[in-house]
Amino acid sequence: MAEIRTEALSHVYSAGTPFERTAIEAVSLAIPQGQFVGVIGHTGSGKSTFIQHLNALLLPSGGRVLSGGEDINRDKKSRRDIKWKVGLVFQYPEYQLFEETVYADIAFGPKNMELSPEEVDQRVREAAGFVGVESLFERSPLELSGGQKRRIAIAGVIAMRPEVLVLDEPTAGLDPEGCGQIMENIKNYREQTGATVVIVSHDMDGAAALTERLLVFNEGRLAMDGTPEEIFSRPEELLAMGLAVPRPTAIALALKERGLELDGPVYTRPQLKAAILRAWRAREGRAGTC
Amino acid sequence: MDGIIQFEKVHYKYPEDERESLRGLDLSIREGSFTAVLGRNGSGKSTLAKHMNAILTPTEGRVLVGGVDTADESKLLDVRRQVGMVFQNPDNQIVANVVEDDVAFAPENLGVEPGEIRRRVDAALKQVGMYEHRLHAPHLLSGGQKQRVAIAGVIAMEPRIIVLDEPTAMLDPQGRREVLSTVLRLRREKGMTVVWITHHMDECIHADRLLIMDQGQIAEDGTPAEIFSRVERMKELGLDVPETTGLLYELRQEGLDLPLDALETEACAEAIAQLLR
Amino acid sequence: MLKDITLGQYFPGDTVVHRLDPRTKILVVVFYIVAIFSAKGWPGYALSVLALAGCVAVSKIRPKSLFKGLKPMILILTLTAALNLFYTQGRPILPGWIITWEGIARAVKMVLRIMLLVTSTFLLTYTTSPMALTDGLELLLGPLKKLHFPVHETTIMMSMALRFIPTLIEETDRIMSAQRARGADFESGGLVKRAKALIPILVPLIVSAVNRAYDLATAMESRCYHGGEGRTRMKQLRFQTADFAALGLGAVFLALVLILRKLGL
Repeated sequence: MAEIRTEALSHVYSAGTPFERTAIEAVSLAIPQGQFVGVIGHTGSGKSTFIQHLNALLLPSGGRVLSGGEDINRDKKSRRDIKWKVGLVFQYPEYQLFEETVYADIAFGPKNMELSPEEVDQRVREAAGFVGVESLFERSPLELSGGQKRRIAIAGVIAMRPEVLVLDEPTAGLDPEGCGQIMENIKNYREQTGATVVIVSHDMDGAAALTERLLVFNEGRLAMDGTPEEIFSRPEELLAMGLAVPRPTAIALALKERGLELDGPVYTRPQLKAAILRAWRAREGRAGTC
Repeated sequence: MDGIIQFEKVHYKYPEDERESLRGLDLSIREGSFTAVLGRNGSGKSTLAKHMNAILTPTEGRVLVGGVDTADESKLLDVRRQVGMVFQNPDNQIVANVVEDDVAFAPENLGVEPGEIRRRVDAALKQVGMYEHRLHAPHLLSGGQKQRVAIAGVIAMEPRIIVLDEPTAMLDPQGRREVLSTVLRLRREKGMTVVWITHHMDECIHADRLLIMDQGQIAEDGTPAEIFSRVERMKELGLDVPETTGLLYELRQEGLDLPLDALETEACAEAIAQLLR
Repeated sequence: MLKDITLGQYFPGDTVVHRLDPRTKILVVVFYIVAIFSAKGWPGYALSVLALAGCVAVSKIRPKSLFKGLKPMILILTLTAALNLFYTQGRPILPGWIITWEGIARAVKMVLRIMLLVTSTFLLTYTTSPMALTDGLELLLGPLKKLHFPVHETTIMMSMALRFIPTLIEETDRIMSAQRARGADFESGGLVKRAKALIPILVPLIVSAVNRAYDLATAMESRCYHGGEGRTRMKQLRFQTADFAALGLGAVFLALVLILRKLGL
């Protein structure tokens, strides 16, 4: 178990052609083992490029990515081994399913790791357990619902038992029920294995409620890095980058405009509710003494 | 009173399914209205949408669009030119390699005269704010832009109704805002009838009517304010309520005297501010 | 790497070449192809190269992007060169060598011929929007309708295919990355292992293409598509002066090459 660190990481697409585009620039940060990190930023901010560097899917144009102090892009072997340590779930991962059965699809990763058949079997069952799809083992992935496919695809990555689980928009396109289920599965995996989780999300409310740390990307740079409390106490900066703030924060801001300043950080509903109740009780108390 | 779209005891079963996707559905949509349809995955809301322009026709019952039965094959084009459809995946509904050629597709199919097509295409692209991109290749546009092109492609047909089947499900928040505000503007400026299908609660608050689909039937029908204020019922249906309603509901349970129908952020803040002032 | 495939790409522009009627361009390319397959001696080839270079210059398409289009052809070009180089009878360049002067000449000519063929068609697709291209083809093939050849269906299928090439390329890239993240290895192993490694890419790609086709058919139907009957076009094709000039030049060029051939040049 070790931390992931990037040092002055940058990436340029189509270098040397007219289509040259710098996607990320000078990103330096360290993610300690076990942290729950949210990555936010609008489309084209570089966040997707950033996460593809965490398991050496992309080769840095500049800078380094280190895992436990070692450069993950050292050689061909290290670039392959890091895939087992850092599991990456792409956006709409259900599009990667290809095997005839759910079981075989989840087993694809562990088989690539060249584990013994018993070990592969154990991992497939364990991963399926995390997302609750054991009853679907013999079914064809193609005939399942969108939410089920999504969870199977996530199981396919979890089956490699990554120490770091990176997910790009894991709830995109799902209904509220489906979203809730997936987030619950991810939380479980983290709690039971102590894995680091890095999650890219447009959903500010979810990012605010679940994560311990937020990385905000803007125009290829790491614009903000802090706890949700720190980040969301600067809503004006987020709005200036064209990002939304969590809806409870938006309500708090609208209250502030009306001369009602709430105390304490407000980025989840329980916080907002508590703050309003405090303000109400204070007022009631005043009214009572009059 | 007859609506511009009329469902009469509509049943529908996909050939490969055992259960019916629509189970005896009655519905009348008034001309000029903005109806939002909400429901979890598999509730039948997409099937409902596909009945509105004869992509699907009922296995039982009937659907009338502007008085025309959608099952009448000889009137197929009459139905479809009245009802424009926008679908979920922006990539899979753009047929041409150049934005303006795509927008011209429907009027070309209808045999509209070339000069008139040009006029409609330019007008439609201006209405969705994509005129400057008319010569671009669609695959280089953002998701929100692609959906706006799809909307332009539909309005170039000059339909009376526009049906959008989860048009924002695959978009980022910015794209979502773009598409919603485009549709709201079209409604304001052209008085079009809009049917907006979604699973995002927040997108429904602008509608003047909200339908909740559940198991192939309409489970709730009313204004967004009426329906969202029934928080318990919404949870029962596997849906959520907008953040504003959720907050107001929880505060009411603590004994605060707040209305549940303040759906927009500003209205919600105003209600709370009034109480605390 | 997949993004380097430039087949069917259109570079919008506003030159005479861009503005020509697609039918003109298709016909001129046909003339050109007949010409390069008729050319025999060096003067004929030189004339062909010059003619193409002239068109490229007028079109303002960067030669670099045309050469990029040739990249996937390297294998075929090398093979053609090698076969001609080693299997042509004649005078050895050095006593006892298998390579002959005739072989060298033939190899150069054959490679040149393929390059000109590919480059000229690329110039056509680079300067003509696929929509215009298929419209042009549909009109040119129009007479075949009398023979019950499905002209409209064929051309609309072609234009759809062109429309979805970039989308499918992007999709392939995404699926490859996703499978690589699950430890798939596309680079090592023998031929059989590599071919097997393609399954996790091909299956999802085909599934997705089928789904897209289904969605697209629905979208087209709801936009009142019902075949070619009664269909009009926003962009009417009309021959302009420039078109007659271009066709004239094309015909003169072809005639010159044929005359050179007659003269054995």
